[in-house]
Amino acid sequence: MTALPFDLAIIGAGPAGMSAALQAAGLGLAVVVLDEQPAPGGQIFRNVERAAGDPALRGEYAEAGAALVRRFRAMPNVDYRPETTLWHADTESGLLSVKTPAGPGEILARRLLLATGAQERPVPIPGWTLPNVMGAGAAQIMLKQAGAVPRGRTVLAGQGPLLWLLAVQLARAGAAPVALLETTRPGSLRAACARGGLWSGRMALAKGAALMLEARASGMRIIRDVQQLRAEGDGRVQRVHWQDGGAVDADTLLLHEGVIPGTHISRAMGLDHEWDAPQRCWRPRLDAWGASSDAFVAVAGDGGGIGGWQAAVASGAIAALDAAHRLGRIDAASRDARAGDPRAALKASLALRPFLDRLYRPSNAVLAPPDDATVICRCEEVTAGEVRRAARMGATGPNQAKAYLRSGMGPCQGRFCGTTVAALIAETRGIAIPEAGALRPRAPYKPITIGELADLPDEVI
Amino acid sequence: MTPERFDAILIGGGLVGAAIGFGLQRLGLNCLLLDEGDIAFRASRGNFGLVWVQSKGLGAPHYQRWTRGSAEEWPSLAADLQARTGIGTGLQQPGGVSLCLSEEEFEARSAYMARLQREAGNFGLDYRMIRGAEARDMLPGLGPKVVGLSWTPYDGHASPLYLLRALHRGFTDLGGIYRPNARLTGSRAAPNDFRIEAGDYIAEAPRVVLTAGLGNAELAPRFGLEAPVRPERGQILVTERARTLLPMPTVSLRQTEEGSILIGDSKEDAGFDVAQKPEIMRRMAQRAVQCFPWIAELNLVRAWSALRVMAPDGLPIYDQSARFPGAFTANCHSGVTLAGTHANRLAPMIAAGALDPALDLFTARRFDVRHAA
Amino acid sequence: MFATRPDARPPGAPTVEVLVEGRPTVVPEGATAAAALLLAGISSNRTTPVTGAPRLPFCMMGVCFDCLAEIDGVANRQACMVAVRPGMRITRQEGARVAYEDDAA
Repeated sequence: MTALPFDLAIIGAGPAGMSAALQAAGLGLAVVVLDEQPAPGGQIFRNVERAAGDPALRGEYAEAGAALVRRFRAMPNVDYRPETTLWHADTESGLLSVKTPAGPGEILARRLLLATGAQERPVPIPGWTLPNVMGAGAAQIMLKQAGAVPRGRTVLAGQGPLLWLLAVQLARAGAAPVALLETTRPGSLRAACARGGLWSGRMALAKGAALMLEARASGMRIIRDVQQLRAEGDGRVQRVHWQDGGAVDADTLLLHEGVIPGTHISRAMGLDHEWDAPQRCWRPRLDAWGASSDAFVAVAGDGGGIGGWQAAVASGAIAALDAAHRLGRIDAASRDARAGDPRAALKASLALRPFLDRLYRPSNAVLAPPDDATVICRCEEVTAGEVRRAARMGATGPNQAKAYLRSGMGPCQGRFCGTTVAALIAETRGIAIPEAGALRPRAPYKPITIGELADLPDEVI
Repeated sequence: MTPERFDAILIGGGLVGAAIGFGLQRLGLNCLLLDEGDIAFRASRGNFGLVWVQSKGLGAPHYQRWTRGSAEEWPSLAADLQARTGIGTGLQQPGGVSLCLSEEEFEARSAYMARLQREAGNFGLDYRMIRGAEARDMLPGLGPKVVGLSWTPYDGHASPLYLLRALHRGFTDLGGIYRPNARLTGSRAAPNDFRIEAGDYIAEAPRVVLTAGLGNAELAPRFGLEAPVRPERGQILVTERARTLLPMPTVSLRQTEEGSILIGDSKEDAGFDVAQKPEIMRRMAQRAVQCFPWIAELNLVRAWSALRVMAPDGLPIYDQSARFPGAFTANCHSGVTLAGTHANRLAPMIAAGALDPALDLFTARRFDVRHAA
Repeated sequence: MFATRPDARPPGAPTVEVLVEGRPTVVPEGATAAAALLLAGISSNRTTPVTGAPRLPFCMMGVCFDCLAEIDGVANRQACMVAVRPGMRITRQEGARVAYEDDAA
């Protein structure tokens, strides 16, 4: 038996995916939403149905996040499939291969929307592989999914809005960090102000300023212009060092240098990508409707370029309208008229972005760690020095470096080292980072067992 | 720009070009190895990693001999690379097997191996067809569907990626010039006098060796040669690392030095399309699970498809241009297996300016209808 | 080492008891096996197959694969992507997994 194809398959049930599903189903499209998590919300609104009452998480998460998830849950004509992982998509036939708790499966769709969000930018410093060094986002996920906080002395290091938000959330949860080591360089604020957007983005700016004040008031040490971060310890992190002999004892170190689009799937599908210079990361090349270089695939939310959850909600709706148009459900005029509101919302939500991108621009040392002994591929334990040597020998990009060194061949498939390897090669060969290129990942997008592959159904289910 | 002078220019920096280049440089020739950039077809990166003798050369005993010769040369090549570069190629030659999943497969394999042995004549071919308990003693966890296997002592495997890295390192350490991102933009050929252009860069040499894989088809006519090669897609599945278990490779499944299980051996004629097909991947997985049921539990962490370089009859092509002596071409789909002969036997012939008569049967003129008639 | 907070969930919110290295560990319903590892306070959930270095979860969102553990007898599972179920057995992943053990051996 072959099931009818869905009009639109959405990968990811975060703000962009939920918003797209609401818009598309509202226009009568048959929508399926595949998400790896057990509950909707994405990382930003993760587990919000259970955790909205947590006093440490009050604010947008508990209000806007919970409301969006409620609307998503209540929407008819959306086939929501949690704990479902996409591992291959044939963009010509529309056949999607998935892994579910009940075994492998296949789904047919007329169009595909990737709403797979962002990942934290890798922060490869010496010692970042020690136990109890984590991403700041990881600690926030612990708060959301388990109401849990790190015990003992917690140190936050890096920069960006999430770092300050986490500092405040931990303080509200009774686990204030002992120190926040900010890596923002002097002069960044002035340069950022010159990018404008301060008036249009004044609400977000005010929220950010309030967070900083609250963090300060909770008593944590705030140290500015931190460089040359290093984690040390015996079997776990015990002490964090920085330039000129700065040091603090730590039981947990939480690193953050912003987020970057998760491009693993969009790369594996062969979509065109472009270098986002202000954000110093790759993103898929998209038109104003989120359509990619492949006629079957669109991208919405942070996976198409970092903009935050409000921009994700708007871009999800815009991409869904375009899907409805391409499927012949609404004409171009209707699509354009309906896109008015989300476009205005998108513009407003991105107003402060140039300021934020400049203020929190990651330094060269974050992209290409100077210390040769730093592990840059956490899976295969390849160091920065090995990559530099491979680049001198003739590796012109991360794919050749992978062939020489195995960086990117472990289970994470290069998600955590690809960008660093390219930056190290660019530095060594004296070229711009985008010239070094990016890893070309392949299916399976996530590991599946050989048995699951062997058990693939004969026909679409 | 002033042309740079070399003793030999190799066009194509994959396993074939790097092995010959390493061999030439080791003989004291000053070589230039031109390569493409980070993204190219790169059969070398998609190689399965067998140093394989059985099943090679039915109806073509010269190919069987050339392959056996390479397996014999491999230990000295591996040792030389290790000594010069410190890079181990992971070479192991414990013999290898081909598994049969039915009586029909077993009978067909028996007949195939018997014929291969007959054709080998005085050169000989040592092999055994093994069944049941003895087969199960050789390989742990063999599935109940395995009826038997063929075994030869000559087979083995190595890491294609470490081999490539060692050859590149060995070549450059000996003073060879490796130029990536150097796609050929122009060339000029005269007897024992060649000029190549890659953008602004110009080089000249009395010898040129075409080792560009599928690119040779287009390059060869410019140098008075023919290389009628076409792509054949092969897919490979790679599992996570597991503790060392398999004592020897099979023709379609091997455990690497790192512990990953590689599953390979799909053959599809798909033009230049390197897309992956779940249906093919499923069939490969099913066969692997039938051979070794425990493989079902392992996570597949990587998979890729790459394009083999195939001549119409599946054999290598080696030639020197009659019109432009000094121009050579080398084409094959077994860059790992044949690395031993490429570095240790073919390179000296190219250095001396003449291919050994033993290679006459590998000429591309064998595809020429007029020639055959 | 992480700890849950009494004020994070309403009184009586459901919890799940799992076994981390054989030790009973109570975690809120909806959390993952990786959260259970961190709440149990073990020093590492795996050692790497390359150098044997100890690791704990790093990203908690399915990207880094440092949370690999053996869950209910299945090796190398991404603990941060597996929701806890009552009685789940979560143990450390030591280096490369064992692929096959001969029963006769």
